Formats: sequence, C-alpha cells, structure tokens
Amino acid sequence: MIEAFAPRTSRRSLQLPVVFGSVIASLGYVVINATAPLSGGLSVNAGQGHGLRQIAASGSVAIDGPGLFLQGTLLLVGFVGALLFAERSVDPQGDAFAARSSTLPGSEDERQFTSQGWFQTEIWPLFLFALAGMVMFPVSNDLLTMFVALEVFSLPLYLLAGMARRRRLLSQEAALKYFVLGAFSSAFFLFGAALIYAVSGSVTFGVIAQAMANTSQDGLILTGIGMITVGLLFKVGAVPFHQWTPDVYQGSPTPLTAFMAAATKISAFGALFRVFYVAFAGMRWDWRPMLWVIAILTMIVGSVLAVTQSDIKRMLAYSSVAHSGFILLAVISTTPRGLASGLLYLFAYGFTTVGAFAIVSLVRDSSGEANHLSQWSGLGKKSPLVASVFGLYLLALAGIPLTSGFTAKFAVFTAAVDGGATPLVIVAVVASAIAAFFYARVIVLMFFSPVTHSTADVVIPSAFTVVAVAVCTAVTLLVGVVPQPIIDAVIHAGLFVR
Amino acid sequence: MLLTTLMLLPLVGAVAIALLPQAKETLAKQVALVVSLVTAAFAIYLTLGLDNSNGGLQYSEKHDWIPSFGISWSLGIDGISGLLIAMATILVPLVIIAGWWDAEDSSRGSVKEFFALIMALEVFMIGVFAATDLFLFYVFFEAMLIPVYFLIGRFGGPQRAYAAMKFLLYSLVGGLFMLASLIGLYVVSGRVLGQGTFDYSVLTTLHMDPATQKMLFLGFFFAFAVKAPMVPFHTWLPDAASEARPGTATLLVGVLDKVGTFGMIRYLLPIFPDASHYFAPVIIVLAVISIFYGALLAIGQTDMMRLVAFSSISHFGFIVLGIFVMTSQGLAGSSFYMVNHGFSTGALFLVVGFLSSRRGSKKISDFGGVNKVAPMLAGVFLISGLSSLALPGMSSFVSEFLVLVGTFSVFQGIAIISTLGIVLAAFYILWLYQRVITGEPSDEVTGTVSEISTRELIAVAPILAAIIALGVFPQVALNIIKPVVTQVQTTVGVTDPIPDTPSAEGSGL
Repeated sequence: MIEAFAPRTSRRSLQLPVVFGSVIASLGYVVINATAPLSGGLSVNAGQGHGLRQIAASGSVAIDGPGLFLQGTLLLVGFVGALLFAERSVDPQGDAFAARSSTLPGSEDERQFTSQGWFQTEIWPLFLFALAGMVMFPVSNDLLTMFVALEVFSLPLYLLAGMARRRRLLSQEAALKYFVLGAFSSAFFLFGAALIYAVSGSVTFGVIAQAMANTSQDGLILTGIGMITVGLLFKVGAVPFHQWTPDVYQGSPTPLTAFMAAATKISAFGALFRVFYVAFAGMRWDWRPMLWVIAILTMIVGSVLAVTQSDIKRMLAYSSVAHSGFILLAVISTTPRGLASGLLYLFAYGFTTVGAFAIVSLVRDSSGEANHLSQWSGLGKKSPLVASVFGLYLLALAGIPLTSGFTAKFAVFTAAVDGGATPLVIVAVVASAIAAFFYARVIVLMFFSPVTHSTADVVIPSAFTVVAVAVCTAVTLLVGVVPQPIIDAVIHAGLFVR
Repeated sequence: MLLTTLMLLPLVGAVAIALLPQAKETLAKQVALVVSLVTAAFAIYLTLGLDNSNGGLQYSEKHDWIPSFGISWSLGIDGISGLLIAMATILVPLVIIAGWWDAEDSSRGSVKEFFALIMALEVFMIGVFAATDLFLFYVFFEAMLIPVYFLIGRFGGPQRAYAAMKFLLYSLVGGLFMLASLIGLYVVSGRVLGQGTFDYSVLTTLHMDPATQKMLFLGFFFAFAVKAPMVPFHTWLPDAASEARPGTATLLVGVLDKVGTFGMIRYLLPIFPDASHYFAPVIIVLAVISIFYGALLAIGQTDMMRLVAFSSISHFGFIVLGIFVMTSQGLAGSSFYMVNHGFSTGALFLVVGFLSSRRGSKKISDFGGVNKVAPMLAGVFLISGLSSLALPGMSSFVSEFLVLVGTFSVFQGIAIISTLGIVLAAFYILWLYQRVITGEPSDEVTGTVSEISTRELIAVAPILAAIIALGVFPQVALNIIKPVVTQVQTTVGVTDPIPDTPSAEGSGL
C-alpha cells in the first residue's frame, strides 16, 4: 500500500522534503482509509470499528483496524526517527552516519572524505525501504508476503547498522552480527512457512486457520508454528533470541537505534499478533505454554541483565528485551482486550524509546557519544532540562503512574489477568520491580551524583531533534495523563480481519 | 469541587514557587508559608463542617477520567480522612517554618526547589486521603514517592543517596504488589458486574469468593505494611528518617506512613472483610512484634533521629493492633492515634532537629545538660517526649488507652502483653531525656546549644497545643471519628463483643 518512492538524489535539500513528504502522505492515506466510511473523523481511531476492512491485493494484504493503527503508529514513529536521521548539528563532523561507509575504518580515505564533508546520502532510500517493509509487515495476510516484508525492512537495517560515523568497527561488527543472526531467523521463518504450507496447502492466514482445525498432522504443524515463532521472536528480541540486541543497539548509529528499537518492535509484534490471533488462533492451547516460558524468561533475563550494564545503550537494549516480555503477555492473553492493550503498549513504548535514544545522541564528549554510565554522573546539574526529559522517559519505561508506560503496562496486565495468565502478571510485577531499580539508578546518577571531570556535555541540537524530543515527550505525558482518546482508538480498532 | 480546590491551592503554590527566579529565595519561602496556611485553614474548615450524623463520604465529587478502565477522578472524605488531611495540612506550614533555613546549603538543591517539593508533596498527601477511586488512590500513593525521594536525596544528610534509594525501592516494590492486586480486583469486579470498576463505594459491596479475597488482600496488605511500616518490612524507615531533614522526616513519618494504616481501615477491612478476618490473628501477632521490636531497638539507638524512627515503628504496631481487633474502641483508638502520632512524632522530630542543627550532631552521647543552657528548649523536648510515651493528659494517651481497651475485649492476653510496650516507651523516652537534657553540659554543648528561637517556638508550639488540647478534649475528634467507625464495622459485619460481666464500659466513646 505504501510506495517507497525515493528518487536517488544526492542533494539534501531535495531528499528531505521527499522523505518527510512521503511519510506524511502515507500517514494521510492511512488516516483516510481508517476513517473512510465515516467522514469527518479526526484520526486513525475515528473509524469506530467501521473503518475499511478488507483483504486486498489478491488476498495477500489485510486492511483492518489493528493493521491501520499499527501502520499509523509506525509512520509517526518513522517520522520522528527521520527527524533524528536528518540531524546534522550534533556531531561537529556532520550527521551520525559515516561519510563514506565503503572506506576502511581508520584509513586515509576515511579521513579525507570526512574532512571534505561528505555525507552518505543513501541512508534515505534505505530508510524508506525499511519503513515500507515495516508498514507492510503487520498487514501481510499470508506468510509469503510477510516474509518479503520481513526481508524488505531487515536488509536496509543491516546496512544502516554498519554505517556509524564514530566507532565504526563496533558498528560494523554489529551489522555483521545482526545480518548473520537475522538471516538465520529469516531462514527459520521461511522453513516454518514451508511446513505450514505442506499441511494446509496454503500460505494465507485464513486458510491456514481452517486447515488447522481439520488436520491431525500435529507434528508438522507444531514444528511449523515453532519455526515461524522463532523468526518473529528474533525480531522482537525475546529470550533466547535476544543476543543480538545489546550489540546491535550499542554499535548502530544512535538515530538508527532509536528508529529500529521502536519501529522494528512495533512492526514485528504487529505481525506476531496477526499470526497468532488469525492463523494459529485455533492452536492456542498448544502454543501458549511455549510463549509462557518465553515471556517469563524474557522478562526476567532482560531485567536482570539490564541491572549489570554500564553502557546506557546496552542498558536500554536489555530493557527493550524486558519490554518484549511484557508485550508477550498481551499476545498470550488472546482476547480482544489483549490485542488492544498490546497496540497501546507498542504505541507508548515506541515514542518513549525514540525519545530516550534521541537524548542519548545528544550527550557527547570529544570522541562522540558518551555512552558509559559514569559519564552521565551529575548531568542533572549540568543540563537540568535534558536530564529531566530523560528522567521522564526512564520513569515511563519503568511504568510509573502518569506516564505512558504505566497506562500501557496497566492495560496489558489487566488483559493478561483477564486472559487467565495471573502467574505471568506476578512475574511481570517482579520484573518491573527489578527494572525500576536500574532506571532509578540512572536517575540517581544524573541528579544526585557530583559532576566529575568525565561528565559528558549536552550538545544543543538543531530543530530536527528538538521537534522529535518534543513529540516523544508530549506523547509520553499525554498517554500517561489523558489516555482515553488513545484507548478508544485501540479498542475501536477492533479485531483482525480473517 | 471543594476537595479539588483544596488540592489546587498547594499545586498552584508549587508551580508558582518553581517559576520564581532562583534568587528570590525569601519570596519562595513566603509564598510556601502563606499558601500552606490558607490550605490548612481551608482543610480545618472542611473537616469541622463534616456532618457527623453519618459515617459516609462527604464533599463527594466525581468526574470521568479513563472511562474504559472504569477510572474516575473522584474525591470525598469521611471523619478519619478529614482529620488526617487536617493534621497533614497543619503540619506543612509548621514544617516550613521549622525548616526555614534547611535548604541554604548550596551544595545540595536550591531553596525554591525544597519548598516547591514540599508544596507538591502536600498536593499528593491531600489526594491520597481524599481519593475514593482506588486507581486514583494508587496514583497518589506512588506519586508521593517522587517529592519525598528528592527531598531526602537532595537535601538529606551524608548517606542521603543510599537512604533515598532504599526508601524508593521499598515503596515501589510494595506499590507494585498493590498494583497486581489492584488489577486483580479490577478484573474480578469486571467478572461480577460486567464492567470493571475502581469505585470505592461499589467495591465495598462486591461479593468475592474467599480465596480470591485472600490473594488480593495480601497484595494490598504488603504495600500498606511496607508503608506503615510493620516489622519485618520496616528497615527503610530508620535510614530514611535519620538522613532526611527533620521537617521532611516529620512529613514522612507523621503523614506519609499513615497512608499505610489509613489504607487498612479504608480499603482492607471494607473491601476484603472475609480475608481480614482470616488474616487478623497473623497481623495482630505481627503488630505485637512491631510494638516490642520497635521499642527495644529504640532503646538501643545512639542516634536521636533513629530512636524516634524506631519508636514510631512501635507506635504503628499499636495502630495496626487497634485496627485488626475490629472493635469500635480499637478502630476509633487507632484512627485517633494516627492523628496524635502525626503531631507527637512531628514535634519530637522537629525538636531533635533543633538540637542537632545547633550541635551539628545527632548522636545522643554528644549531648547532656541542655536544660542548663537552654531550659525552654529542654521543656519543649520534655513535652514532646511525654506525648510520645502517652502520658495521661496528652492526646496520645487517649488513643493508646482506647486501642488497649478495644483489644482487651477480644484478646485479653494480647492486650496485657501490649501494655508492656508502654512501659518500654517510657523507658526509651525518659532515658533519652536523661542523657540529652539532664546532667552537666560539656563545653561543646555550652558553646553551641542556644535557647530556642522565636521561629522555632512558633513551629512547635501549635503542635504541642494541639496535643494537649486533644488530650483534654478528645471528644472533639472522637465525635468525628465515631460515625465512620460504625460505618466500617457495619460494612465488615462485626459487632463489639458483649462483656461477660455487666460493668459500665467507660471507654470514653
């Protein structure tokens, strides 16, 4: 539905309007779709469940409430992410991406390109490809379209991950790791799709669901479900498929980390919801125990390992693993409410995460970003505003009331108890308590520790990052204080079309 | 809208102070003082205006907040919450006066920050007692942590970061268990009523099966027991109280911790009556352990602030005891005790603060002979101490007596044992007095400890006056409390045991 039209121009002045224009145009299209039968609606939610619901493109794309909501969220997050990509005044050398990523790190060529002020302009088409794939992913209605969308958004991300301007070796290592593991998981996904096709004779979710009801080849089906799940869980970073997250989050250029952390999670969970709610709904008694175990592991491992981190990006990476576990609770509940709460969580989490990484990209020292926690000591005294905003994001991630994180967590926990997963909620509460510890630790560090000689500086960014941070902060606060509109939106998004 | 207005007053004050320029320190203090005085006057007016003919919620207001979760902005007070709000709002201006120079040290936070935080805390304190929506209560319950965390963490003593963190983590973990129970309660109410709700008055009429009740009860109880604090969830309190500024400690122990015991009366008993009966024996035993553990550790302390903190743990044992014996005397005594303890501990913390700010030390062994150099200060210390040990004529005596009478009518043994707690209280208070106030003053004491200043006297005198006034005329407060207690008993379905012997029950009720 979304056309990734990105004429390859080398001029920034041309590219930026194209990028932002296309994202906004797509968003407008999503909104029109959602509100189509009811004219005069304000946003994605105004469709009141009557929004366009159909299976388009010969049955391979499903346009429905949740799908449109996810697309809208993705495009908004993508828009904010693009703002960070466009930032050029934070790093004295230019933007966050390597001047020429084909040059060897540390080589003479690299120095030349850097000093001449080159920019890697290919980031924009790559960005748009990734966004297009992500937007496609949660509305795919068959396994093959889903696989294509998966590859369309994954490949650009692998490339972008290796393009950091600073610490390029780390960045390239991250890209390689991401690529190798990602390729593995894609293979799992494809093989699982093949097995499912073997049983059901179709790759379309609706047909699969019917076939599952009338077949006795449980072995094949379960293996297929398992392998598809592995592919999807890899993308959301659930334990035990999470090993790539800390390295990739740490090594990638921070604007990409922000975009990837938020948008990949939204997109992949959207697909996960669709697969489990539509295609495998009839088998829920078989896959729920598996997801139970994974959710518990994900929450606990994510929270506990985050406590031991000394790098802010790695800490946020492990925290994102823990958050995946919380969202899995919504998947497990398999109720309409579970779906609605999951959508809410993704919306809230997406903006908070982008905002948090945007702040990370501002805290720098002479050699680039200052990611070690010791360099954040006393930041609250040096630049109270930035530290306060970051503190707000941390509180939201910790799920403190009056922030978006709390509303989302509350919705998910309620749905999970309602769906019969009370023990999981208790584990989730314990994990939240552990998580609160390391978020609070960073706040303590920023506000109560003295300023040391290694304390980093906060760079004054251009309007791009300022707008991005402002949007994220506004969403974090609004969803926390007056969440009713967004809750209406996710509830009225209704169910997936079959 | 009256209660919302009451909350708006300090909120406006907090915002105004935060917006003042950094240099206008005196103006910030003056704004804080004036706003808190107006708030206190308004709160007293509301509390005295309560209709005592019924124990229901009054001044109620309700506005939808998040309708799809059944959450509303609903406030309302009864006698108990009204008195607690009055107590809290009276303490705030006094704490501001007592802490007038507490935030001057520029290595810590700024002056206006200190007073803005106190104002913000006042908003949440009113909110937590006035909320009649469980979710709203939870939000205030958690939101209170933030100003206190910063008050301790930025303005406290040398170990402030550690103490603030410990306080935050304990409270947060307790709060999370409450959240789990809150979600459970919401889901259960959704199953019974079709639409989940957090409305207090609806939840009290909800019929739940006993097993569910017990699970949910435990979550809430854990949060309240950490807050109160009861042994064995108490270890954060001595650290937090002794590292905090005396004014902060007053609000922390005097008001915030009351949320725990208030929650027991307001929420645990009426919403989970079966579970309350089931767990009452265990909780009563824990309460008795708290009484003795707190008192014994208070005797062993070498730091005055920690001593007062441990004595509070002992007092909270009495309050919890009175609540869970569920007799009218016990409940009324505990409710009254909450108010009295706020005043008496507040006075004690402030006076100890005056002493330690003069001498630059909180250690008992650094003092001695204060009555020779500062007789007025010594006198104030004595009255505060006597109030803490519940001397007849002081308000705390009335409440402690009621708790014990209420306990005696159901558990005689427990009542008799608990009476020993009073003896221990006399011991740790008088021994503290003896070591700090009497004896020959050392050179350091003579050199540093000066007589109480007018400002300090203004801060403490109203508290002492309230303690004595309520001690002589307890009926003023008990009349407000009694209809609520009757209401609670009706909701829980308990009645007072009829005495075996036809004796005149002179309980004062």
